[in-house]
Amino acid sequence: MKLKFILTTTCALCVVASAAIAERGSDGQLNIIYWQAPSTMNTYLSGGTKEVEAASMVIEPLASYDPNGNLVPRLVDELPTVENGGVSEDLMSITWVISEGITWSDGTPLTAEDAIFTWQYCTDPAGGCAQASYFDGITSIEAIDDRTIKINFAEPKPYPYTAFAGAESPILQKAQFQDCMGARAPECTDANFGPIGTGPFVVSEFRPNDVITLEANPNYRDPAKPAFGSVLFKGGGDAASAARAVLETGEYDYAWNLQIEPEILTQMEAAGKGKVVVSFQTSVERLHLNQTNPDPALGDMRSVYDEGNNPHPFLTDPVVGKALSMAIDREIVVEAGYGRTGQVTCNVLPAPEIYASTANDGCKVQDMEGAKALLDEAGWVPGSDGVREKDGVRLSVLFQTSTNSVRQGSQALIKQWWNELGVEVELRNIDASVFFGGDPGSPDTFQKFYADVQMYTNNFAGADPEAYMGNWRCAEIPGPDSQWQGANIQRFCDPAYDALVDEMSKTADLNERGRIAKAMNDMLMQSYSIIPLVYRGGTSAHANTLEGVRMTDWDSELWNIADWTRAE
Amino acid sequence: MLNYTLRRLMFAIPTLLLISFIIFAILDLAPNDPTASLPLTIPPDVRQQIRESLGLDQAMPIRYFKWCVQFFWNEPLNILEQWTGWTIGDSENRLRVISWQTRSPVVDLIVERMPQTLWVVGMSYVLGILIALPIGILSAYKQYSWFDQFGTLFSMAGFSVPTFFTGLLFIVIFSVNLQLFPSVYDTTHEVTDWASFWVQVRQMIMPTMVLALFNAAQISRFMRASMLDNLQQDYVRTARAKGVRERSVVLIHVLRNSMIPVVTVIALGVPQVFGGAIITEQIFRVNGLGQLLIVGIQGADIPLVQTLTFIFAVLIVAFNLVADLLYGILDPRIRYD
Amino acid sequence: MTDAPATVTLLQETRHRSLWSDVWAQYRTHKGAMLGTFIFVFIILLTIFGPYIHDADPQFLDIRNKNAGMSWAHPMGTDNLGRDMFAQVLYGGRTSLAVGITAMLLSLVVGTFVGVLAGYFRRLDGPLMRLTDLFLALPLLPLLLVIIMLFRDTLRAAFGPETGIFLLIVFVIGITSWMQTARIVRGDVLALKEREFVLAARSIGTPPRRIILRHVMPNILSPIMVSATLGVANAIITESALSFLGLGFPSDFPTWGRLLFDGANFMTLTPARVIWPGLAISLTVLSVNFMGDGLRDALDPRIRGR
Repeated sequence: MKLKFILTTTCALCVVASAAIAERGSDGQLNIIYWQAPSTMNTYLSGGTKEVEAASMVIEPLASYDPNGNLVPRLVDELPTVENGGVSEDLMSITWVISEGITWSDGTPLTAEDAIFTWQYCTDPAGGCAQASYFDGITSIEAIDDRTIKINFAEPKPYPYTAFAGAESPILQKAQFQDCMGARAPECTDANFGPIGTGPFVVSEFRPNDVITLEANPNYRDPAKPAFGSVLFKGGGDAASAARAVLETGEYDYAWNLQIEPEILTQMEAAGKGKVVVSFQTSVERLHLNQTNPDPALGDMRSVYDEGNNPHPFLTDPVVGKALSMAIDREIVVEAGYGRTGQVTCNVLPAPEIYASTANDGCKVQDMEGAKALLDEAGWVPGSDGVREKDGVRLSVLFQTSTNSVRQGSQALIKQWWNELGVEVELRNIDASVFFGGDPGSPDTFQKFYADVQMYTNNFAGADPEAYMGNWRCAEIPGPDSQWQGANIQRFCDPAYDALVDEMSKTADLNERGRIAKAMNDMLMQSYSIIPLVYRGGTSAHANTLEGVRMTDWDSELWNIADWTRAE
Repeated sequence: MLNYTLRRLMFAIPTLLLISFIIFAILDLAPNDPTASLPLTIPPDVRQQIRESLGLDQAMPIRYFKWCVQFFWNEPLNILEQWTGWTIGDSENRLRVISWQTRSPVVDLIVERMPQTLWVVGMSYVLGILIALPIGILSAYKQYSWFDQFGTLFSMAGFSVPTFFTGLLFIVIFSVNLQLFPSVYDTTHEVTDWASFWVQVRQMIMPTMVLALFNAAQISRFMRASMLDNLQQDYVRTARAKGVRERSVVLIHVLRNSMIPVVTVIALGVPQVFGGAIITEQIFRVNGLGQLLIVGIQGADIPLVQTLTFIFAVLIVAFNLVADLLYGILDPRIRYD
Repeated sequence: MTDAPATVTLLQETRHRSLWSDVWAQYRTHKGAMLGTFIFVFIILLTIFGPYIHDADPQFLDIRNKNAGMSWAHPMGTDNLGRDMFAQVLYGGRTSLAVGITAMLLSLVVGTFVGVLAGYFRRLDGPLMRLTDLFLALPLLPLLLVIIMLFRDTLRAAFGPETGIFLLIVFVIGITSWMQTARIVRGDVLALKEREFVLAARSIGTPPRRIILRHVMPNILSPIMVSATLGVANAIITESALSFLGLGFPSDFPTWGRLLFDGANFMTLTPARVIWPGLAISLTVLSVNFMGDGLRDALDPRIRGR
């Protein structure tokens, strides 16, 4: 009895002791490695993920997404909803109330004026703000009082959490940036490299594209946080060596975005210095099947949608698309290129759960014989060289993607299955800076799609798929008239689909939105103009001694860096 | 000689202007785009606005002219102001060459990258030359000896195995298995005393050795071949017959006459030191000028790439002139006038 | 390769001594050169006939058999997608050797031509060397992107995907690597043309073309040979960099440089993936180097006389 008492008291003491240790700056330096180096600390000047994540240690939004994709309060006490009156009944406005006592790192209070300024800063047409889409549909932002921000929309917004929610739209300090509006934005180098924020850390030195050193914010709202006194944020190199620096040599505590072959990652992890963490959001690696004709002989009409008058010789036939999809063994694609960081999927909209359809799950298993039978039945029969043909049209495709060793592996696998099916495949890979560049003068951009099939990953920001599913409207088809801009890459066009998009924009009920989103997803899937392959997660690694990491792919991975601690 | 030098320098100005225009045209024609690295969640109209804010909607000749003004007029004025403390004209609103990625002055970026580039790439070049010359001389003098054979093997292996491989091999052996050297170069490290100097040496060893090996391989082959040619010449026999000491025959007469191709190769390599070593810097995260250039190219950061490449071109023209002048000193029979 | 013309002339002219039979006789006594020739011919024969003996398809993916070690079925193991490494090294050798040697020859011919002209004719020196400066200064990567964008589809249409890209790669490597040779050759020619024997030849009215071919060229052979050796290695490695950037051959088309590059991260998992392609490149370069040494010695009258 007595012994037990002593034990419990000592233990209670040790709890007290460890709580006492958990004071600001007590855990020394945190070393983070990102293999792409941030070029600025101003999220609004560069929309790259690396910049957004680096800046998220310093500047903060009002609310963040947790690992499950739920919005959680950050600079506010509660999320505004229709129930608590924060969102107006007519869905025309949302009102956020900043928590009491939040100050910038220079000691001045955070006010509604700062939020209003941020909106003005990003919507200035001369500024080229990378996150302007977060402020779409906002007519005005007003300060009800010092701590109350009211955002008014032009039309009812069923999902009003866009501005100031998530790491892409943090609040800037008006006092620091007020001379940096519009065209003057790039001239404020000191402010862009060292923004004053409300976050747990403050920039002490910023070397663009190289390294950032940060110190704990002395005015951070929780006096016990952050546990780390300083952060060294190193950039550059490649993913494999970043993983090595955490998992094998132990020089660094956290490494980001490790898209490497799974067996290498497993082998590195076996060294026992750290572990790999994965979080899934909405990224899907998919194939787009060109619905227009990319024949070079067409000249200016190549891959141009012309009200259905310029169809692809065979890919508009859903039977061909279905057979191509059935011939793919997604399990093997995942195993060879993704490991734990990928899951087989049959949907282009895999999450959140209320939007994820289960109607297409048949594709999860390869069915080569079924695919062959399907083509035989439709009249596509093997010619003398083993390539299927019908009415003089040969099933021969040019398959392009961006340069990336995992993608080239998937390409090779898919080529083999399609060859077995009786489809001729030529592979091509294009440097990512060209492929995703969107230069109207280049023939190799994914928007121009001068190929039959192409593969890449896309996702959507935040937790609401409305804008994302709107990508496949007829009006979104890229073409010479729009300088090849538009997100409907495979040139899918169906009036029934457009009607669903319109319906969703008018629906506020969450379950009803879920039903519409699923219907749109299924419509796309059954057109076989798009073949989802892998539901991809974000992959990072952290040292075993680092605790408190709650990896999320919905927001900045460093969203809760204030809670990270060093274990003994 | 002075006359020749002056004429060459005069001629260098139009040459460099032409080079700068051709570089600009190539960069402009290249199909990569500054918004390519942004996530696909950023919609096309926002991307278009970003391009416009960078000035990409203007015509190519206008943008070239603007760069010329910024680089040849504004930047030198800025440097002058910094040195002298004067204020010349409207210095507040004078546009500098601004990088598209970082939105900060390109010249500042270059200055920031100089220390690690000179430490690692410069040192490796000096080291490479210091290794290469003795190996080249000795293996020519003792042609087909075991030393020569080993030197050949060493230098050929050094040249034919690319740095992305040797660098990784070094990391696996010395960082992962032996835990001797850091695999990541810390650019914020400052040398203040012996202990920190030792840290600097440790983090420099691997990248420097990888590069030095590569440089030494090339230079030593040219040194050896040229020495071999000259060792067979009549004047060597004459010198020996006259009773000149063997040491001075080889190290003074033969070496001097063999230096022409070696000087050429070395002079061609110096600008590359400033160009950085893209792959090695990437592997060890030295983040010097090479990394700056490649990140700029990947991000289609035209002002940055244009400025770096142009400085590179100036160095090439300058060091080729130096090489030409050295020819005249090494072999007085060479005349340019 | 280099000894082929010598062999032919040897057979025809065994009776009376000629320059080429002397060269061949000297070349044969050079142990390194003979070893180099032997290895080089062996590698070439292996890449030509090897695929008939080891008839695995280098592009066939046997995913259940990935990252396998050495076995009878896979003498060099398999890669991470289950492709047979030996077959890939054999097929890769065809491409790498073809690209390496053709691109080297191209850059050597251009480099020597420019170098000799610039060194010998004073009037051409300025323009040609400024041209060299320009090429040295061009930013390689953007230039490649431009070239690929402008010419890939044209060449693909004219010669088919593989030959078209082969020509493009050889051209790209050739035109971006001749400058060093040109500078070195020019430096040597500048010195040579002031030597007594050249002055003597000129004073008896020998035309420049003959002086260059007879008196200048044989004396600048050593740096050219070194450039050739380094050029082969350079071309093989550059090709891999191009493929990696998506500017070269399709990704399922193996070449030595590419195999080495793809295998680098698997160094500790399946070392065979880097050892064999690395060894193949090194051996090729080494054998070309020894052949170059032998040829240089054989062509040097001062050595041949001994």
